[in-house]
Amino acid sequence: MSILNLDHLAANPLLPEVQDAMIEAIKKNYSNPSSQHQLGDEAVAALQQAREQVARLINSPVLKEVVFTSGGTESINHAVKGVAFANESKGKHIVTSNIEHNAVLRTLRALKMMDFRVTSVPVDEYGRVDPNDLADAIRDDTILVTIMHSNNEIGTIQPIEEIGEITRAKKVIFHSDAVDSVGVVPMDVQKLGVDLLSFAANQFYGPSGVGGLYIRRGTRIWPLLDGGVQENNKRAGTENLIGIIGMGVAAEFATREMEFRIKHALKLKQKLTEGLQSRIEDILINGHPELALPNLVSVSVKYIEGEGIVLMLDEENIAVSTRSACAAGALQASHVLLSIGRDFADAQGTLVITFGRDTTEAEIDRFLKVLEEVVQTLRNMSPLYIKARQEKAEGAAAS
Amino acid sequence: MYSEVVMDHFKNPRNVGEMKDADGVGEVGNPICGDMMTIYIKVKDDSIDDISFLTFGCGAAIAVSSIITEMAKGKTIVEAQQITNKSVAQALEGLPKNKLHCSNLGADALQLAIRDYQDKKAGIVRDGPKRSDKHEHNHGDACYCPYCDVEADEKAPACTNCGRELDEAH
Repeated sequence: MSILNLDHLAANPLLPEVQDAMIEAIKKNYSNPSSQHQLGDEAVAALQQAREQVARLINSPVLKEVVFTSGGTESINHAVKGVAFANESKGKHIVTSNIEHNAVLRTLRALKMMDFRVTSVPVDEYGRVDPNDLADAIRDDTILVTIMHSNNEIGTIQPIEEIGEITRAKKVIFHSDAVDSVGVVPMDVQKLGVDLLSFAANQFYGPSGVGGLYIRRGTRIWPLLDGGVQENNKRAGTENLIGIIGMGVAAEFATREMEFRIKHALKLKQKLTEGLQSRIEDILINGHPELALPNLVSVSVKYIEGEGIVLMLDEENIAVSTRSACAAGALQASHVLLSIGRDFADAQGTLVITFGRDTTEAEIDRFLKVLEEVVQTLRNMSPLYIKARQEKAEGAAAS
Repeated sequence: MYSEVVMDHFKNPRNVGEMKDADGVGEVGNPICGDMMTIYIKVKDDSIDDISFLTFGCGAAIAVSSIITEMAKGKTIVEAQQITNKSVAQALEGLPKNKLHCSNLGADALQLAIRDYQDKKAGIVRDGPKRSDKHEHNHGDACYCPYCDVEADEKAPACTNCGRELDEAH
């Protein structure tokens, strides 16, 4: 039986059209776009086409504002460190939120060791930042605000436009980690008011190992990688042309299919959410009910731990992800789930289910059926469940 | 990631369930640490006549609980007292290093259950079952950095190998 992939956030399959374009690119044996001779011209044209395709996806009016990178992590490192180093003389203060991805958190941790100061604003029960908190956190020496567009564990989308208005009024550079949003939901860098936007191709059926960083013209930022003059002097190193071509085709399909994909995902999301609620008692759906990614459902299953659920689902050829500390190898409950008010035990039992354009309603049905059984098996082993059941019975007897 | 023995015990756990008339109960762990285990024993003629468990935890924690019930069943109290977390891990043909620490609490729970039985027999009355939710390193194994798997200094704030911060719960 083939494996039912409900972990699209971790691994999206390549679109067949992306595969074809990349295989063709390999066969064409492109030369180096930096070369002065004719061989280089073809490569330049291919690079230019991909840049146009990606620029359209995020509605960037100027092609030079799109810089190709090795993926989301590099883009984020580039944005955050590049702004920090280039604006050090103005100040060393950065504002962020409590639920950022590790790529942001650990980049900021590295900067803290270089005497940068970080203020992290809290989120509400849905994982949303209050723009007023953010405005209050900005000081005279603040050089950067970095807030994710959507969260990879709970799917909540932040009020980026409102934050953009604040940062523009206060003349602070604004970066958004949009790795889980670009190619999934409509993205318009002009409307959002961001100066920097990080994204990755594998979130929209492109290859891993290639991503992009939008850099608004005039943004004071240093390169992360020093060397040649590639990418308009913003990112040195010979371009990963095959990957970039794949990303371009994936971007084009994402733009074209966006409406259909969202509609399809929302239908599955509703089915899945309702199915979970009707089949399994004592669960918590995480994230904002509307302002959230259409392709992600985060659910905390009370009384049990996520790794066990994932292993048992794997036995049934179903792939999902968990935010349990054990499975993540972090030995610490997810900072995102704790930030939205989940307790340690509930955070341990959290699954992140992400689906794609090819996921069917029948597959969601199959998942729900198997999950229901797995949850019951594990709950029957759990001291927390047995205790809760006894308390419920006592409560019923008392009333 | 897991050995075949671990997967077998995880998929087909032995002796699951609460034991209402247990002679001894031992609880270890807390959800902050990640795992909780309860072991129930029934003692007859100074031997473990019946044993069962309840566990909140990952695959390793469930496998540990399951195999320890098999290891202890039928043993005399003195024999069962020889079972350690280390011998449990060996019986499971090894556990990933970071799981050795947080999930391998089965022997601790068993020993608490035995002590609970002995206390009851001696007429010592306690509130509820014997439990320990402190983060104890009484199993003699070292701590391992969860990020790079190298042995970590328990008191160091960061891993000396990879430099990552280690919080108190490591």
